[in-house]
Amino acid sequence: MAQHKVNYAQDGGLPVALTTIDKVVNWGRSNSLWALTYGLACCGIEMMASGASRYDFDRFGTIFRASPRQSDVMIVAGTLTKKHAEFIKRLYDQMTEPRWVISMGSCANTGGMFNTYATVQGVDRVIPVDLYLPGCAPRPETLQYGVMLLQQKIRAQKAGRAQKPKRLI
Amino acid sequence: MRAYKPKDDVQKKPYYTDRFWVAPQVPKYDVETDEVFAKDLAALKEKFEILEAYIQVEQMVVYINPEDNFEVIKFFKEELSYDQLSELSAIDWLAKRGEFEIFYQLLSMNKRKRVRVKMYIKEDQAIESVEKLFRSADWSEREMYDMFGVKVNNHPFMKRILMPYDWQGFPLRKSYPLQGDEFAQWYEVDKIYGKEARDIIGPELRDTARIDRYDSERFARLGHEVPRGAEVKDDDPINPQEYQEEGGVFLIKKLKKESSVVIDDPQR
Repeated sequence: MAQHKVNYAQDGGLPVALTTIDKVVNWGRSNSLWALTYGLACCGIEMMASGASRYDFDRFGTIFRASPRQSDVMIVAGTLTKKHAEFIKRLYDQMTEPRWVISMGSCANTGGMFNTYATVQGVDRVIPVDLYLPGCAPRPETLQYGVMLLQQKIRAQKAGRAQKPKRLI
Repeated sequence: MRAYKPKDDVQKKPYYTDRFWVAPQVPKYDVETDEVFAKDLAALKEKFEILEAYIQVEQMVVYINPEDNFEVIKFFKEELSYDQLSELSAIDWLAKRGEFEIFYQLLSMNKRKRVRVKMYIKEDQAIESVEKLFRSADWSEREMYDMFGVKVNNHPFMKRILMPYDWQGFPLRKSYPLQGDEFAQWYEVDKIYGKEARDIIGPELRDTARIDRYDSERFARLGHEVPRGAEVKDDDPINPQEYQEEGGVFLIKKLKKESSVVIDDPQR
């Protein structure tokens, strides 16, 4: 016989949690942020370190996926060259909504030290960005904190409606 | 190495440049000083016209006519047993003498010697590919075309290697601006969104050291975040960084610092 240890005297006598649809959906979304593997340069090493056992992204429900169609967040880790710009746009378009973008490191934020002809001066010239992480390269803790900030942002959103376009074009 | 100059009085003569300063050069020696190179050069001179030859840093440098570059490299490979082409590229002398300098760096494994074959070509002059002799010349010649615009005849795949295929301009020429010409600066915008989007996206901000704390369109100051586009005043709000939202998340209780316990002894 199972031992029924539910305390029916607690929480109004019911083993039930009351909440809103928004909160449930956002709880699910924010705690299973699957990230697109997008290491473009040395920031990618820090991103891999965040995913590995020492920093362990799986605790946050963040699993790296190799396909844009399975991922919710694109972590742009590294220098975006002009040759690659059209591919990042194509991969971003292939991600299903709702989708978010984290720009990781100086190069992805502003072009960084690569003030040259071949580097896109900030990944936000091509795709809309939700979160900018400073650093060259940001430590795994920074990326973890960034993902937690993104979770907060997601929980603050309305879940039911379609996302507003983050940019005019 | 450049001579050390103390930097504490650079403001004294800020406009002074030495008009008669000549860049120091590594000393050159006669080819006769080395037995192996002298023999190689003598064999070379029987078949080809050699414009200049000397030894620099224990390597022989040979200037040839650009028309017989393939035959000279073939001679080096097959007769003189220089069996590796370690490097190949161009040097831009367009401003000084209107020419490119092409160099081939060869290595002989059994002679343990290195030779540099050099030649001058005009800006629009095509050269013959040495890809049939050395496979390493394949990508080197493509890169030379990509960066300098030197055309190579009889190359199996004469396309750009580093820059995109539809790129305009040759970035390693001295006349090419470091931050790119207009085509380069608008390349990704034009290609993805079209020329109409230039006004919306705006020009590139090239001064990465620029910090504007009143600019809420691009970055917010950490700990003083405001909504995007909001007007920032001097007394902008202080938002202490919290790891959890106020009130906690669904099914997750908020961590309270007062009620939490810090474990000092992990072995307890």
